[in-house]
Amino acid sequence: MSETLLSKEQAPETTAEIERVEPAGAAGRVTESLADPVDDRPRDLGVRTLDDRASLLGAAAGSLALTWLLYEVLFAFGGYVGFVVLWWFAFVVLYAAVTSVAHPRVAVVDRMVAVVVASGAALVGLALASTLVYVLVRGWPAMHHWNFYTQDGTTAGPTDPLTKGGISHAIIGSAEEVGIATVIALPLGLGTAVYMSEVGGRISRVVRTVVEAMTALPDILAGLFIYTLLIYSFHWERTGFTAALALSVTAIPIIARSAEVTLRVVPSGLREASLALGASQWQSVWRVVLPTARSGLATALILAIARIVGESAPLLIVSSDTTYYNHDPFTGPMNSLPLYIIQRVRSGQPGLIARGFGAAALLLLTVLVLFATARFLARNRTGRR
Amino acid sequence: MSLLHELTRPPTDAPFDEPRPIAPGLGRSDHVFRITARGVGFFVLVLTAAIGLFLGYQAIPTFHHYGWSFLTETQWSPNTDTIGIASVLLGTLEVAAVALVVGFPLALMTALYISEYAPSRLKSTLIAMIDMMAAVPSVIFGVWAQLWLQPRGINVSRWISQNFGWIPIFKVDTDANAASWSKISYVGSAFMAGIVVGIMIVPLACSVMRGVFDLAPLGEREAAYALGSTKWGMIRTVVLPFGRGGIIGGTMLALGRALGETVAVLMIISTDYQPKIKILSQGTQTVSALIASLFGESTSTQLHALLTAGFVLFLMTLLVNTIAAVFVARSRSGAGVDV
Repeated sequence: MSETLLSKEQAPETTAEIERVEPAGAAGRVTESLADPVDDRPRDLGVRTLDDRASLLGAAAGSLALTWLLYEVLFAFGGYVGFVVLWWFAFVVLYAAVTSVAHPRVAVVDRMVAVVVASGAALVGLALASTLVYVLVRGWPAMHHWNFYTQDGTTAGPTDPLTKGGISHAIIGSAEEVGIATVIALPLGLGTAVYMSEVGGRISRVVRTVVEAMTALPDILAGLFIYTLLIYSFHWERTGFTAALALSVTAIPIIARSAEVTLRVVPSGLREASLALGASQWQSVWRVVLPTARSGLATALILAIARIVGESAPLLIVSSDTTYYNHDPFTGPMNSLPLYIIQRVRSGQPGLIARGFGAAALLLLTVLVLFATARFLARNRTGRR
Repeated sequence: MSLLHELTRPPTDAPFDEPRPIAPGLGRSDHVFRITARGVGFFVLVLTAAIGLFLGYQAIPTFHHYGWSFLTETQWSPNTDTIGIASVLLGTLEVAAVALVVGFPLALMTALYISEYAPSRLKSTLIAMIDMMAAVPSVIFGVWAQLWLQPRGINVSRWISQNFGWIPIFKVDTDANAASWSKISYVGSAFMAGIVVGIMIVPLACSVMRGVFDLAPLGEREAAYALGSTKWGMIRTVVLPFGRGGIIGGTMLALGRALGETVAVLMIISTDYQPKIKILSQGTQTVSALIASLFGESTSTQLHALLTAGFVLFLMTLLVNTIAAVFVARSRSGAGVDV
């Protein structure tokens, strides 16, 4: 029994809740159900009675009418945000009033909380939906021109129409930087995860602590680290490679941590079976542990890529904005999608902002596709078991 | 001699009695494997620890030069050799505080909705949507906030300053009730940046909280229902006490994220180095936005000052995240489940 149910401050409420059940009726029902073993289904807690629905709909309609009356007719306010907020408050009050006609206070509180919780969740959903829809809608004018993906930014000035110029240089830059960052971070991250979960030892605990601490590192500091060490001290150029290094610094802890979580859930029976059959530890890891965790590792990797594709803070510091192609990550500045978006949207020029939104919509779609792939792989894993 | 005696007699040839070694030692491939894995682990350890140590090491000259006044000085003027991060730290904390005030209730309600109220067939879809929201890059939230949310949000700022302007933090240095009110006074405020960051931290906090709520023991839930409890009664007496560690841990993780958020804040705020507590009025500065906007024109002194500011930020996020990790680990380990 939990102490929370026994604690003194909870006790009166619990008794009050118990009182609502009629003792005789309840006892009768229990014996009935004992006598009739066929009707042994669990009680459906989510069922809604006519009273539930009617009071919900009635309160919604009544509060709408009341708000309209107050807002539009009596006071003639403006603005739909105020209308919705007032409607919500009127609804809560009216719903509470309607409920309290036929139900005790406990039920009123229960319904109020349900309304508040559902509204909070709806607000979050609304924020998410408005973000996605707004970026995609604003991005569409630039996105539906083919030249947006095939040309670079040299041909188009700020006032040129969207049929001229594009972001292919930023796409290529992003792809190269993320590719290099993955090539660096994947072996290191995965190797660290294997070390932490398969080899172990006293120092592995230190490694785990430090890696977990580093996932807390604000991403801008990874950029500042690379900037100060390589660009400021060693006078490197700001190239695609420095950007990739900064991205891999943020990616290593993410990959190491999520891969270790995946490796830890591989049943140790599999490892023991492999070792008992005479395989060496390396063979068990390579042939048994890693293949078992394959889809989980793929999910971890894809989520890490999705994270660094959109990583923008370090790029502000270690790479620079351009308008032209640069395929070579080791010499000359290289643009990338996040950097392109920030610079264009902050420029204040309508033509450039439209291009920035096109790039933002493309970045968003890329991340969503990566995310969906990761989900799909994760689902396959559970489906096979 | 009996057969038994014959059998139990100690063998005459003593070397036969050597015990077989139980731990046969490692093969050559395992040696290579272990050394490689250790090497990679050590390398990552050195690399990641180096970042923290590097920032700390770079902070030494700054603290030598400015002393503790670096933390208390409000001006950031490299030309007069007066550099301090007091107002920047204040701005960082204001943005993070607004973010928590906005994000915490939303995350808690969303987590409760998904875990307790949502129809079971919708549950996995909702979880996927929250995870998707966590994957949306901060630059996307940044452009959305700058061009969609802010023009609408300033009406909320104005409404708050009209009605609660008598509270010092909600005061704005303009006539809020004027017919043609000055919109620019409300743009780029700590409040606006905090709202955006608050929305951005919801998925992180929500997924931690929901994970712990889902672990609340079924037996206690059913016990609460069996005692005649309503759904809220059950949540209040079972789910929330059980998930307390997850609520605290998730909130702290979200706070750590809010302290370090760069791009969305940078795109919203108008730079202002004056320390101010009027969160609704224009202009503020945070540590990460400061680094992002000033690193380019840095002299050596200023770069070291930026690195020191970064180090202070790092210590703050590290502290917050460590506390979070303790709470999350404890609540996930099942401690407190005594059924």
